[in-house]
Amino acid sequence: MSLSRRKFLGWLTAAGLSGSAFGKVAHAATTKHFEGHPDSLGVLYDNTKCIGCRTCEAACNKVNDLPPPDRPFDDLAVLDNKRRTDPKKYMVINKYDGSVNVETPLFARTGCNHCLEPACASSCFVRAYTKTESGAVTYDSSVCVGCRYCMLACPFNIPTFEYDIALTPRIRKCTMCYDTRLVKGELPGCVEACPTESFTFGKRTDLLNIARERMRRFPGRYLDHIYGENEMGGTSWLYLSGVPFKKIGMREDLGITPAPQFTSSALAAVPMVVGTWPLLLMGIYAVSKRKDKIAKEEKEQALAEVTAQVKAEADQKVSEAWEKAAQEKEKAIEAAVKQALEAAADVETEENS
Amino acid sequence: MSQEATTTEKTLISPFNIIAGIIVLIGLYLTVRRFTGGLGAVTNLSDNNAWGIWIGFDLLTGVALAAGGYVTAAAVYIFGMKKYHSALRPAVLTGFLGYALVVLALHYDVGRPWRLPYPFVVQAGTSSVLFEVGACVALYLTVLFLEFSPAALEWLGLKKARNLAVKFTLVLVVFGIILSTLHQSSLGALFLIAPSKVHPLWYSSFIPVYFFVSSIIAGLSMVIFESTLSYRFFADKMDEAHLREKDDMALGFGKAAAFVIAGYIAIQLLGIGADDEWRLLGTGYGLWYLVELFGFFGVACLGFAIGAREKKVQLIRWTSAWAVLAVIVNRFNVSLVAFNYHLPASDRYFPSWMEIGISVFLVTLGLITFRFIVSRMPILYEHPEYEDVH
Repeated sequence: MSLSRRKFLGWLTAAGLSGSAFGKVAHAATTKHFEGHPDSLGVLYDNTKCIGCRTCEAACNKVNDLPPPDRPFDDLAVLDNKRRTDPKKYMVINKYDGSVNVETPLFARTGCNHCLEPACASSCFVRAYTKTESGAVTYDSSVCVGCRYCMLACPFNIPTFEYDIALTPRIRKCTMCYDTRLVKGELPGCVEACPTESFTFGKRTDLLNIARERMRRFPGRYLDHIYGENEMGGTSWLYLSGVPFKKIGMREDLGITPAPQFTSSALAAVPMVVGTWPLLLMGIYAVSKRKDKIAKEEKEQALAEVTAQVKAEADQKVSEAWEKAAQEKEKAIEAAVKQALEAAADVETEENS
Repeated sequence: MSQEATTTEKTLISPFNIIAGIIVLIGLYLTVRRFTGGLGAVTNLSDNNAWGIWIGFDLLTGVALAAGGYVTAAAVYIFGMKKYHSALRPAVLTGFLGYALVVLALHYDVGRPWRLPYPFVVQAGTSSVLFEVGACVALYLTVLFLEFSPAALEWLGLKKARNLAVKFTLVLVVFGIILSTLHQSSLGALFLIAPSKVHPLWYSSFIPVYFFVSSIIAGLSMVIFESTLSYRFFADKMDEAHLREKDDMALGFGKAAAFVIAGYIAIQLLGIGADDEWRLLGTGYGLWYLVELFGFFGVACLGFAIGAREKKVQLIRWTSAWAVLAVIVNRFNVSLVAFNYHLPASDRYFPSWMEIGISVFLVTLGLITFRFIVSRMPILYEHPEYEDVH
């Protein structure tokens, strides 16, 4: 696709690149459907045009100032093994068996797809990733802790880590050449280098139209599927292919849910736990305290009852004993009086006689 | 002269010390290697397998097994089960050391450990589950430190500070339970973001609940297990109350664990039903899932239930070890076995001996510290000056 410099700069302005308002973060806890920043940019990769020449890989290496490759870029035997991104390469072209025969192999590009709502950005606890308004997902190594949660989160297995660097390892990934070229009004390295125009750079909305236009113009050449239109909520990179995508190493089972939504409800539970747990816990605490208190009171009451009963019984016994003693005393007095009277009577009789 | 030699032999050259010494030396060597050669020099981690056993074991399992602190504190202070009071201090100490080791282990695992505070002081990524985990673990480590501090202050003879620390017990306990609920579940929630990478039998939107409930299993079992080991090695440090209550505690905690495991198995099956994954149970992964759920958790549930009903303390003690193993198996399954299940065997991860070495080294450090503290501070007995002051 031909592209004039003026048109390109126009897009950049529209995408807010000339301003300073970068750095919007993908927020997780929301039900809002995000369809990408307006007028954001992207790349359409048409696998039916790709000849597997690795020119894009060489360009990527050069513009990003990456370490020299293990084998030169014009060595196409490299394609015999399946490769993935690593700290030396932000993108790779892999070769797959053709649908017709092995002599007409198919190729596919693997690299950052610049999700509209990136898993890496959502999973990063220092916000090292930014989905810029241009569409590019950038990475800031100056805050990165190196926890590698982004690598676990990325559904496309793209971010790579400098495992061999002892103290300052970084995540490495394609940034759509944001800092090095986009801001200067230049095309991403791979796009510019491709001799077959397998890559088309432009506004994502335009790219979707271009893709559909190609499907219309060349019936039978493409599958009716633009990979990246909906995958993981949509990506800024889009893919056209003549064979099912899973045959060229791309997962078709990722679904269309943006990654942040998988964690948003779990995160939304946090304030609820913080709010309700104290109530619940203090409630249980109060109930168990109250049970203790009631048990204590009941114990005391039972004790008091028993004590009272024992006391009453004892009192009764004491009073009975008193009564008995009093009766005995009375009897004794009576007896003594009687005895005295008798004695007195005896004396009287003696005197009279 | 000869007498001196025997004394030295008694105090320093014990089997524990020799083995621990060798492990520490290897650990120090591996530490140097890690921080001079990078993660690549000691681990089998790769771009496809970003997290290995330092996360699967040291972080996920470590945090789960340190759950005894909050579980026991909840039982004693919130549910009012005062008869388990003697189990509290050892549980809080184990929790504190466990979390301290988790944080230490993270220093090995992350690329730039000195930046670990960055999410809280430089730039906060609040949309990340890892942010929540980090914040809760940091706060909970502080809570555990404060909960543990009375024992240390009694040892140091700082009466006023000790009495002040004790005053905050209930607040700390409530705060600790909230934080534990959050991060125990969030450790599971970490995997929510990658449904395409975790085998569906282990991936579920309920995974935070699974992790939280199984942390209670781990907490209860660890308290029993740890009490068994303490009795074996530190019986002389235990006071009468501890010796009297420990069997009672094992029976009570075992009974509770039986119920919790039964509930855990039920919600696991509900999750399978909710996602309608019954057909996957017939596959190889399905078999392994069934082994985990019934062979490990189910058997533990049965052991605890029978032990509690028949009052067989010995059975409960053995079962506690099995239940701990069940939780370890679960954490390994989620983070390592079921993770990246779709990749060919050649792209899968298996830890290097050096990764295992560092993990063993850290556990050994924990044991040494535990022994140091238990032999000195009032953990397994009440300090004579503070008896009956709760």
